[in-house]
Amino acid sequence: MKFQKERNNKNNIEEAIVKVILFIMALSSIISLGLITFFVFNEGLPFMIGYGITDFIFGTTWNPTEQVYGIFPMIVGSVIVTIFAILVGAPIGIAVAVYLVEIAPPRVTKIVKPAILLLEGIPSVVIGLFGMVVIIDVIRRLARGPLADYLPAGYQTGYSILAGVLILAIMILPTIISISADSIRAVPKEYKEASLAMGSTKWQTLFKVVVPAAKSGILAAVILGVGRAIGETMAIIMVIGNSVQLPIPGWEAVFAPVRTLTGNIALEMGYAGPEHRQALFATGIILFLFIIIINSITLLLRRRGT
Amino acid sequence: MVEFKPNHLVRVKREQMFAFTMLSLAAALTVLILLAIVFYVMAQGLSVISMEFLLEEPRKMGTEGGIFPAIVGTVYLVGLIILIAAPIGVGTSIYLNEYMPDGRFKSVLRFATELLAAIPSIIHGMFGFLFFVIALGDYTGGWSILSGALTGVVMILPIIIRASEEALRSVPSNLKEGSLALGTTRWYTIKKVVLPLALPGITTSVILAIGRVIGETAAFLLTIGGSLLMAASVFDGARTLALHLYLVAMETGNVQMAFGTGAVLIVLILIINFAAAALFKLLVKRFSA
Amino acid sequence: MIAPKEQDVKIAVEGLDFFYGQKQALHNITMDIRENEVFAFIGPSGCGKTTFLRVLNRMNDLIPYTSVKGSVRIDGQDIYDPNVDVVQLRKAVGTVFQKPNPFPISIFDNVAYGPKANGLKNKQQLMEIVEDSLRQAALWDEVKDRLNESALGLSGGQQQRLCIARVMAVKPEIILMDEPTSALDPVATFKVEELITELKKNYTVVIVTHNMEQAARVSDKTAFFLDGVVIEADETNNIFTNPKQKETEDYISGKFG
Repeated sequence: MKFQKERNNKNNIEEAIVKVILFIMALSSIISLGLITFFVFNEGLPFMIGYGITDFIFGTTWNPTEQVYGIFPMIVGSVIVTIFAILVGAPIGIAVAVYLVEIAPPRVTKIVKPAILLLEGIPSVVIGLFGMVVIIDVIRRLARGPLADYLPAGYQTGYSILAGVLILAIMILPTIISISADSIRAVPKEYKEASLAMGSTKWQTLFKVVVPAAKSGILAAVILGVGRAIGETMAIIMVIGNSVQLPIPGWEAVFAPVRTLTGNIALEMGYAGPEHRQALFATGIILFLFIIIINSITLLLRRRGT
Repeated sequence: MVEFKPNHLVRVKREQMFAFTMLSLAAALTVLILLAIVFYVMAQGLSVISMEFLLEEPRKMGTEGGIFPAIVGTVYLVGLIILIAAPIGVGTSIYLNEYMPDGRFKSVLRFATELLAAIPSIIHGMFGFLFFVIALGDYTGGWSILSGALTGVVMILPIIIRASEEALRSVPSNLKEGSLALGTTRWYTIKKVVLPLALPGITTSVILAIGRVIGETAAFLLTIGGSLLMAASVFDGARTLALHLYLVAMETGNVQMAFGTGAVLIVLILIINFAAAALFKLLVKRFSA
Repeated sequence: MIAPKEQDVKIAVEGLDFFYGQKQALHNITMDIRENEVFAFIGPSGCGKTTFLRVLNRMNDLIPYTSVKGSVRIDGQDIYDPNVDVVQLRKAVGTVFQKPNPFPISIFDNVAYGPKANGLKNKQQLMEIVEDSLRQAALWDEVKDRLNESALGLSGGQQQRLCIARVMAVKPEIILMDEPTSALDPVATFKVEELITELKKNYTVVIVTHNMEQAARVSDKTAFFLDGVVIEADETNNIFTNPKQKETEDYISGKFG
């Protein structure tokens, strides 16, 4: 038997060609993905530095016609809406995940699971439209009715932080449910059995053993939810009013129209002049940084989980 | 002595009852929200949907007439994106999973793909706008289906790569080893053992990517042009259904017509979800029989 | 002392070290395996016998961060030489795995898999190879009427013999077996053992087993592995009746492992 490489072996030639083709495909994927990062930073970073990073991030006025570019109101808008959406959506999402994995009878799972998949698939503009018509209407009635005396006129349109929070809470539910459910499912059966064998009830076992054991996975789910919420664009534009003012501090802020980082880009990019466009790319950098931080945290959590 | 405390037991049981009720309510609420959205949109939308709505061109900014050009635009865009992204994405995942040696570079790449899969689509949109619409405008026709499609490709690639890598990783390694041990090349093993077994997962990921493209708006808002006219070629501007919905709702305020488009979108997404599930089952059956 | 005739030695291993990353798994192994003999590796689990088996057809190449020092010669050629084509090597050195791993395709296609990979398309020839291989693996009579059915429908023992037939079809000269009966019931084990004694007429067989009776029954020579070192290698008879090392004696008398 000889095992020396043969020059003209058909198999080896095919193998080599395939490897080159696959390599080129991988390379073009990597390049295209690298291009995005490069373009966003290349267009936005020089502007940010030229304008002054602190002025850009903490400036409270956004007025492109006067060349004033402070995105603080948008950062506040994005952060507030995201935090409250998580406060509303995460407990519900985690509860649904626990219910699905541990409690729901198979008949119910068969309905709830596809429902969650479908909810994930509904285009964000459709959810936005629903919000614009149904949710805004409810909030407007509230703001113009019982609360009319307490709210400034600009806060009575229904387009508000509250509407954005509700819409985002709905939109992050599928992400939080499916990822938490995976990590709850991954808790070893032995843990549960040990707890039940000691005479704990099913609920005590769930609350004291299963959920804590799935903690890092659930946290990762919530953080991914944060990422989705902060990145959502279309639905949020349709319900949040897009005003570049900082909301009045206090409970009234719930009804304040605000603008998010994503909304800022989507609404103005189409007609922006060169400098204005650079400012929008700089907005994109801030958004990018949020996502990098969020993803690094989830990666760390997942590493610790395994 | 074992102490038997009935009071304590009753309390614990009550607590469990309460907790389980709350959890089921959360699940019920989720389903209810979905049903509310779906039924509301369908009910509003069905009143404007007709053959005329589906097959005619829009008039007066989409407040009258139909959505046919948006349907055509969506089909063009989805077709083009999948045609480009599916082979490159699957090829990349094969390279990463089967050829590339493990090491630091590979983990950096994995992290980058994860990260890019999480990037908000509006960032893809602004990149596409600057790169495909403006910088490469002479070749792509500026705002055009092609610019939109290339942007969509960049958006969808990490998603396809991740999902097909998962499918490839689920192929039992003892079958791969069994094939290689018979003196077959890597590619032969991939072709005959790995790909057939990973096919259900890969196919579903591609179908779900189609769903993602149909539902996407932010990435195309800045790249595809939003023209109401029928596109004659991929170098023309166009609208997708989702973009049409947005523009009609926001620019004309005619929500009724927007709901009509929304109903069409929901039906499409339903079909895609069912198709993905059915195809997955079918393919799994075929290769494990 | 008379040197052994050169053509008799099929596999010559010299000073072989093997590493998983920094961790050394095999230490300075030197061993000759001759043509048409059945050579058994025994030892407690984790002793390196499977790792060593996988060195012989470079299956360890598939595991990242592994490295080899020393030499392994098959028919006088160093198989770790950069000019060696592993595909050709693995055709010559077939492997039967611990757990039967038939492909989820028909019985016929499983056996024809290797020849087809080599570009054989002629139906007639393929059929001949399939029949011949299945006969050699003592499986033909049991499956000849259902060659087009899925291989996953076979029993565990049949699946393992199918995997042996699949290896035969490639016409190797050496067959490596990694605990081939550990997943099988006694009857199936007996059939496979019978087959191994039959196989040595045409092949050189290297078998890893944790079952000492099996080693005693089927092999001509036996090597005892412990912690990555070959403690003793000799005629099977000698190992089991008259071991020279204390550790070997302890192991075969059941004191540990």
